[in-house]
Amino acid sequence: MLYIPCPHCGLRNETEFHYGSEAGVAYPDPNTVSDDEWSKYLHIRANPKGWLAERWLHFAGCGRWFNLWRNTITHEIGPAYLPFTKQPSSPEVIEKEDPNI
Amino acid sequence: MTEVSFKLDDKVYTGKKGEPLAAALLRNGLISITNSTYHDRPRGIFGLGVEEPNVLVQLVSGNMESMIPATVIEVAEGLAARSITGVGSLPELPDESKYGKINHYVDTLIIGAGIAGLTAADEHLKAGREVLLIDDQNGPGGHLRHLGLELPSYITEVLTHQNLNYRKRCTAIGLYDQNYVVAIERKDPNSILNNKQALIRVWHIRADHIVLAPGAFQRPLIFANNDRPGVMLSHAASTYVALYKVNIFKKAVVVTVDNQGYRDAIRLHQSGIQVEGIYDARSESSGSSVDAVKAAKIPIHFSSTVLDTIGNEDGTCKAVIIQNLKTKERFHIDADLLAVSGGWTPIVDLATHIAIKPQWSQEHAAFIVNENNDKFKTAGMLAGDFEDDDDPLLFFGPELDHEQARSAYIDLQRDSTLYDLRRAVGAGLNSIEHIKRYTTIGTAHDQGKTSGMLTIGALCQLNKEVSPAEIGTLSFRPPYIPVPFAVLAGRERGELHDPVRITPLHGWHVESGAIFEDVGQWKRPWYFPKPGEKMEEAVRRECIAARNGIAIMDASTLGKIDIEGADAAEFLDRIYTNMFSNLPVGQCRYGLMCKTDGIVFDDGVTTRLGKNHFLMTTTTGGAARVLAWLEEWLQTEWPDLKVYCTSVTEHISTIALVGPKSRQLLQELVKDIDLSKDAFPFMHSRAGTIDGIPVRIARISFSGELAFEINVAWAYSLYIWKRLWAHGKQYDLTAYGTETMHVLRAEKGYIIVGQDTDGTQTPYDLNMSWIVSKKKEFIGKRSFQLSYLKAKGRHQLVGILPEDKNEVIPEGAYITVQNASVDSSGRTPHIGFITSSYYSPELGRSFALALIADGLNRMGELVAIPLGKKQMKALICDAVFIDKENTRRD
Repeated sequence: MLYIPCPHCGLRNETEFHYGSEAGVAYPDPNTVSDDEWSKYLHIRANPKGWLAERWLHFAGCGRWFNLWRNTITHEIGPAYLPFTKQPSSPEVIEKEDPNI
Repeated sequence: MTEVSFKLDDKVYTGKKGEPLAAALLRNGLISITNSTYHDRPRGIFGLGVEEPNVLVQLVSGNMESMIPATVIEVAEGLAARSITGVGSLPELPDESKYGKINHYVDTLIIGAGIAGLTAADEHLKAGREVLLIDDQNGPGGHLRHLGLELPSYITEVLTHQNLNYRKRCTAIGLYDQNYVVAIERKDPNSILNNKQALIRVWHIRADHIVLAPGAFQRPLIFANNDRPGVMLSHAASTYVALYKVNIFKKAVVVTVDNQGYRDAIRLHQSGIQVEGIYDARSESSGSSVDAVKAAKIPIHFSSTVLDTIGNEDGTCKAVIIQNLKTKERFHIDADLLAVSGGWTPIVDLATHIAIKPQWSQEHAAFIVNENNDKFKTAGMLAGDFEDDDDPLLFFGPELDHEQARSAYIDLQRDSTLYDLRRAVGAGLNSIEHIKRYTTIGTAHDQGKTSGMLTIGALCQLNKEVSPAEIGTLSFRPPYIPVPFAVLAGRERGELHDPVRITPLHGWHVESGAIFEDVGQWKRPWYFPKPGEKMEEAVRRECIAARNGIAIMDASTLGKIDIEGADAAEFLDRIYTNMFSNLPVGQCRYGLMCKTDGIVFDDGVTTRLGKNHFLMTTTTGGAARVLAWLEEWLQTEWPDLKVYCTSVTEHISTIALVGPKSRQLLQELVKDIDLSKDAFPFMHSRAGTIDGIPVRIARISFSGELAFEINVAWAYSLYIWKRLWAHGKQYDLTAYGTETMHVLRAEKGYIIVGQDTDGTQTPYDLNMSWIVSKKKEFIGKRSFQLSYLKAKGRHQLVGILPEDKNEVIPEGAYITVQNASVDSSGRTPHIGFITSSYYSPELGRSFALALIADGLNRMGELVAIPLGKKQMKALICDAVFIDKENTRRD
């Protein structure tokens, strides 16, 4: 049971949330995008082994969508952040940068 | 301790209140208690706790729990149990016991109240934290308790600390991400046996810090006939004898690989049992326990171990065959108790639940887990904190020939032997996970608590090249001990299993004899049978009323979303495939929404209540999904749009009044709206009153008939319904349910998203190109240009007329071309399937909707529907079966 820091409500159990998708996937301009690029937008995701920024909905709380760093292997939870705010660095990057951790 | 009487297999015994049933049984002389599951061999008590593989009992009192180790259940007055052979049975009557559940948040959770856990509790309490301490025994102290030793005074102070919550008989069964633990707590059986209190409580615990100190299991050795009653783990044997005063054994042999055997030999000796000797697989030993054994003049034999046992007629242990590991010399010693110490196996189970890999420690001859971070820590034997002078040898038993291997049990409960293990390896299996599945070792009730490490050891003996480190442990999964399903269900059974959503009219429906169907969590009337009426008869009557007279339906479950804001119209234009910004105020429009991939997602009618105010309806099951979808776009893509979405499903009740006489009836009750055809056109909405109660009436039809949908505040809905019903008597107003609704809508070719679509249909596939706007951008539009959504062969929605007018094709039935041939793989390729299928009283025949490859280009084609040995024929036709000109709705 993940423990997820909703930016509005604080730490809550996973059962209060719905998973959305990978965060930060730009919605292409439908008028200029090629079929190939549009198909990639629809179907291709990074799906990494490790840290991934994801979209979550706190449906049983504030009803707000937000973004969250989560490690897909260890299930560690990283920082949460609101849409249209600066994305915090991946926890992996932080680990590498900070020799004390 | 108080003497109490209890029953096993209908015989009355006495025991001491609170002691394990196993102790009482032994004291009563029951050495051989049950027979093994597959080999039918006599078995007796083997262990001391949840690791017990042999003696399981089924309660015939209390909650009738079907499989509990006799080492776990406590003796209580009135306890009644029966011994079982491997498999318990569920009681015939439902379990009426109550089970509790607690959600708990705490600073520190400590699992295990042994010395390590108690010491950790002391530290965390001193740091000012609240501590929850759970332990599966009925008292604190762990091994100290088994040794009958008093707890040190600093520990007793810990136990009375105001910030400590100590739960005995409370076993952690699962460890999950971010310090989440599920535990079950058994109540004192003495207090609950004969009443209906909650017997077992489930704890859901989230802790800032966890200290995992579960201790260790002693492991046995692999030798021939190692399963005889009288062969026990040495720690268990000495505890039963010394602590629980079991005095049925006369002569004991202790076989060991570590100093634990010496400590147990002393205890047995001090309790008056003649210890014939200690047979130590090591070549030397030292330490205080060794000195104590020497002082007690118990003979010690090095490089020796047990090879085999000899039994009495009842199978209990009579003598032990010892082998010198160097000279291979063998000899017999008479003994009715063989105490075996094969080293300690720390309980790594819970740690592996969160994917921690136990580390092999040669020093401990065991897998240990040494985690020590800010939030999660292991302690005690799990962390490798063994008694100072344990000095174990990595040894699992002597070399055995095939005949001996047949009776050398690794998993006592599964009756899996060393012979079975060799066969598995001989068959080419080398992964321990594969061997587990081939031999079934570790798959019983005890989940390999004593057999797991033996398997690893036996594999190392078979192949001297590999070490336990390379083999690794088995994967353990929750629950750590068996848990009755009833406990996990708790109070959430029967009516409380899932929330039930009902409309304000539910009571009326019940009183009127409605048969209900579940639509998500909603209870919806399916049909309203008159006394003696069958479903088909009721539905036929309801359909006829709607098409020829007047009928009424509760449509309150429709999802309703109030959408307001300066950009509401623009927002709907982007969400729906069709235009909403040009919808005049006071009018309604049917809308279809797609996901970005162009696939139809939901549909419904949206009414424009004001310039910046809309009321959207969604499918009953889609309300939450649609709201989440709208919010996702508003919050993550279009934050510039000023739009607010509010779920009002349970604020507004909807009543559908359907049929040619509906205008007349309604007009008699609604004085402030002119319902005439010209004054109130189709797809218009008007506000008015019925008996002074505000209502909003819309000319929306989900049947093709003249129809009115009346929206009214949830609380007034029953009044309005009853008013319509009473007034409708003269018109023979008929209540109808979802089945009739389906027939009526299917006759008109109106789709149900999710029934007539399977998640692959575009609006074009549904023959709804008319609803796709060419003038504006909307979600999913770009996808219609993709080659695969334009390709031939896509499943498209069509109507189906069966050749036999009275036969209703089952929904989901496959459709093939006529005279389809069988292909090379023996199959008949299908071209589609039936999505909706009913009998239509209006048409006087059966009909269906179907998704068929290129269906829209196959009008008039005869197709076959194979149904087992039978085959039906049918004609592909347009999906609109009645009133193609839409004349009836006015």
